[in-house]
Amino acid sequence: MKHIQTLNENTLQNTVQHGGCGECQTSCQSACKTSCTVGNQTCENEAQKK
Amino acid sequence: MVHRFENNGYRIALDECSGAVHVLDAETYAVLGLLDGLEGKAAADRLEHLRQMTPAQAVRETEMQAAKEAAQQERQAGKDAMLQAAKDAAEHTTRTLAVIAALPPEEYREILDEIRELADRGMLFKEDTYRQGLIDFQKRKTVVKALCLHIAHDCNLACRYCFAGEGEYHGDRALMSFEVGKKALDFLIENSGNRRNLEVDFFGGEPLMNWEVVKRLVAYGREQEKLHDTNFQFTQTTNGVLLNDEIMEFCNREMANVVLSLDGRKEVNDRMRPTRNGKGSYDLIVPKFQKFASQRRALGKSYYVRGTFTRENLDFASDVLHYADLGFDQLSMEPVVAPPEEPYALQEEDLPRLMEEYDRLAREFVERKKAGKGFTFFHFMLDLEGGPCVYKRLSGCGSGTEYLAVTPWGDLYPCHQFVGNPDFLLGNVEEGIVRPEICNEFKLCNVYAKPSCRDCFARFYCSGGCAANAYNFHGKITDAYEIGCALEKKRVECALMIKAALAEKA
Ligand code: SF4
Ligand code: SF4
Ligand code: SF4
Repeated sequence: MKHIQTLNENTLQNTVQHGGCGECQTSCQSACKTSCTVGNQTCENEAQKK
Repeated sequence: MVHRFENNGYRIALDECSGAVHVLDAETYAVLGLLDGLEGKAAADRLEHLRQMTPAQAVRETEMQAAKEAAQQERQAGKDAMLQAAKDAAEHTTRTLAVIAALPPEEYREILDEIRELADRGMLFKEDTYRQGLIDFQKRKTVVKALCLHIAHDCNLACRYCFAGEGEYHGDRALMSFEVGKKALDFLIENSGNRRNLEVDFFGGEPLMNWEVVKRLVAYGREQEKLHDTNFQFTQTTNGVLLNDEIMEFCNREMANVVLSLDGRKEVNDRMRPTRNGKGSYDLIVPKFQKFASQRRALGKSYYVRGTFTRENLDFASDVLHYADLGFDQLSMEPVVAPPEEPYALQEEDLPRLMEEYDRLAREFVERKKAGKGFTFFHFMLDLEGGPCVYKRLSGCGSGTEYLAVTPWGDLYPCHQFVGNPDFLLGNVEEGIVRPEICNEFKLCNVYAKPSCRDCFARFYCSGGCAANAYNFHGKITDAYEIGCALEKKRVECALMIKAALAEKA
């Protein structure tokens, strides 16, 4: 594309199928402890990561 | 919906519900503005409609529409009361339209074609279709996966903003006994279902003031791991005062993460984080933190240098950069949460300044990264390709359900920020949860339950914010704390700008 540079292919919709297993860390990690940030967390689910 | 914004010279469109991020040229940024506020079929229809027009026609139509809306707003709000924000928006539209009016028709068409292609691929104008799935996800039986152990309600510093009242949580000073800690770990194992990874954070007050108990609890956890086929992830926070070689060595072996509290530049740190006899703490702790951090780096183990900024250092980017200059590379700096009457509490009028600071920090982040001297900043970390699934993103922080705090005497609370508030006392490690209705309230506290989060562009990154902040400012856990939100949104924009800058072809 000439006008638009897209940074990521994988879309959130793709996580619907395998997501929701609940194996990942809780969100208020110790580096924070006063706010909630999930965008930077890692998924622990192998099926969903593919 | 699509969130369009400019940051540090980059024009970015975030398609909220697909998570796709697009970097745009100035013309495309303007054209996409013709579709603001639309999604799904409405967006597709408007796109087709725009394709049938010349740029001049599109501009005329939009102008007429905008004039109509402005008139309506004026009637409703009264001419004088017409908000500055609305005026700014009108001005913005005028500028946008000028860009479009100057476009050659072929280029206008080309841009609309690119937009359409992305929409067809589900990467623009995607609708929010996750609600039902999330409701089902939240109905699942939740298990406890993390505990915050308040190992010591006591502290050897007297940080002015301490939400724990200099470590004592507005109660008496107390240290957790090994017996209570052991019961807490047993409680966690019992209530964690099939989950293997269990998180235990040693928190305070200052955890090192009860170090022997920390060590014994870690040893107890390691024993239990083998018996129950689980895996404890221990983490710990410290202010560094009592840190020594033996403690570092232990933590390097046993702790998955350590959080080292420091507020940045010496004068800032020493003003906010004095010792109990009023002296600064910087000189005492920085050399120890440096040693600790370099050991952990060598071992490939994580750590965070973490601070709090207040109204007294609105130029907090300098403090973050100061960490980096001291050789730390895993950094976090959080806005203070304080009652508005405190002199150091952040006020709404500080927001423009704070926004600029985040922009500055983001710029500097990119420059240092490109120069091979990069660092990570907790709030700018964002995984665009992987990252958590949509359910995780929408379901909130887990406080009161998956994550609980334990006081020195074994009481359970929804999280460390609620400790000491009797309305939120859930039970104790002996009897378990005795007031499950409170847990249920937290369980339902997701993005869709919060009116201000439902349409917020940042909802997939912020997860509906911090329940404790909402409660402290509005008395309801399903509210949102406006200053916190404004900063969170800014951080997400900065994080996306950083991705754009780093993806740039050199
Ligand atoms: S581990 Fe991954 S798939 Fe499972 S809930 Fe967490 S983010 Fe979702
Ligand atoms: S930034 Fe505020 S409004 Fe937006 S999702 Fe987070 S808490 Fe909700
Ligand atoms: S309520 Fe706030 S402080 Fe408590 S766990 Fe959630 S995000 Fe963290």
